[in-house]
Amino acid sequence: MEPLEDWVVDGNAIGGMLLEVFGTEMTAATGTCGNCGATGPVAELAVYRPDLGTVVRCRHCDNVLMVLVQMHGVTCVDTRGLASLS
Amino acid sequence: MSPISRGFHRRHGEEAAAGRVPPGQYVTHDFPVLSAGPTPHTPLANWTFAIEGAREPKSWTWQEFQALPAETVTVDIHCVTRWSKLDTTWTGVSVDVLLGAVSYDTPYVLAFCDGGYTTNLPVDDLTGGKAWVAYNYDGGSLAPEHGGPARLLVPHLYFWKSAKWVRGLRLRDVDAPGFWEMYGYHMYGDPWREQRYAGD
Amino acid sequence: MAGTAVRGRLTWQTATVSSVVDETAKVRTLSLEVPDWAGHWAGQHLDVRLTADDGYRAERSYSIATAPGEPVGITVERLDDGEVSPYLTEDVRPGDQIEILGPIGGYFVWDPVDGGPLLLLAGGSGVVPLRAILRHRVREESPVPVRLLYSSRTWADVIYRTELEQRTQGVAVTYTLTRAQPAGWTSYGRRVDQQMLTEVAWLATQAPLAYVCGPTSFVESVAAGLVALGYPPDRVKTERFGATGS
Repeated sequence: MEPLEDWVVDGNAIGGMLLEVFGTEMTAATGTCGNCGATGPVAELAVYRPDLGTVVRCRHCDNVLMVLVQMHGVTCVDTRGLASLS
Repeated sequence: MSPISRGFHRRHGEEAAAGRVPPGQYVTHDFPVLSAGPTPHTPLANWTFAIEGAREPKSWTWQEFQALPAETVTVDIHCVTRWSKLDTTWTGVSVDVLLGAVSYDTPYVLAFCDGGYTTNLPVDDLTGGKAWVAYNYDGGSLAPEHGGPARLLVPHLYFWKSAKWVRGLRLRDVDAPGFWEMYGYHMYGDPWREQRYAGD
Repeated sequence: MAGTAVRGRLTWQTATVSSVVDETAKVRTLSLEVPDWAGHWAGQHLDVRLTADDGYRAERSYSIATAPGEPVGITVERLDDGEVSPYLTEDVRPGDQIEILGPIGGYFVWDPVDGGPLLLLAGGSGVVPLRAILRHRVREESPVPVRLLYSSRTWADVIYRTELEQRTQGVAVTYTLTRAQPAGWTSYGRRVDQQMLTEVAWLATQAPLAYVCGPTSFVESVAAGLVALGYPPDRVKTERFGATGS
């Protein structure tokens, strides 16, 4: 795995967005990657933030776990890449 | 009602001459580089550009690609997040040259890239002098953070269609959504009609 | 603690800036009056939203610099090419209103019940949530011993310097200044590396709890270094700020 670039953050940075979308604190929740099975706190996931949206990836295999897009004032979240989130 | 933050304003925001930029855009002199995933670093010795889904498969190595006729163009680019950058100069191979090397009768393309990014376009929007696979920007090699070694360049559509780290075009019968299109961005993306999100 | 973060309001609320303190030339702490503040845990952050009169909005996250029970404060570092931080560090005056969402975070938090010994590792403005942890520890009269390793560019860039220089029982502070050191400097003068961690960190056999906060490259390198010292990964908590100087 290449070392992550400096502008990549982690799930802590989207705690507010996740709070708004899920209605509850999510950074301590456990996510399981649907591709490689890696498990860990949402706070430790790799978070990319191009202006178009927020892309949350597995730190081990780069699989896309969650994508959040804000459109017309609403935040939409897709969690298809996660096997589980609890 | 959100309170107005006294004295707060957008950092940059130059108005451009009327008609020069699409509605809702402002002009920037920056070139933001934030990506949806880690920057790929494919060695040029391993790099290929492929056309898939035509009557015969076709691909070029980096050396073969560099030997294709290239053009230098100066174009404006418009990002869906509202910044526009004027008079950007690129050198690359016209997609007309690339698709001209195969025979096909499908109307749509999915561009695919290192790192897994994809974006969909009609063939008509990639031909007729409207699109390139660019490997130089502003007189120098395209930097990895800007999509190098080569990226798609389709300036008449929102810039997310100008896929970074492009490795090929897959010709298709159906217009299936690529990465951002799957997450709600517009299937076509015409900045002049402000087609930012699905349903716009 | 098991992730039972304080349940703040899930909606934006208006906060009034009550006072500002310049910590360094580029760093300012803003104290906020928040009418419906439900309290917070040490280490949490809040999101700030600014709205311009043309409707343009910008949002950023800032760690809460104060301990539970103290008035809410955030410490902001001015980024030269920033859009929000120059406004918050230069333009904002007491009486101004900003919108906030929070408190946020149930992972990067510490309370005395979590135990220790504590190893706090700060890169630049990464010291902000760690200072909330230090203040909370004092207010709770916790006996948990702490070592803080704080990396800054120069002595002038050290945030909360006076407070950290006070000898606090059970807290050992080590500085490393990566760009320039004052005359007579006897502590470290380089980026945190494995050798420095070996010299400063608690032994893995002491079952420490580590909190690493700062720019992404700092956090990645330090967290890996602690794991190399034998720290179990789930005893190393990380918060990456992205690309800022340290």
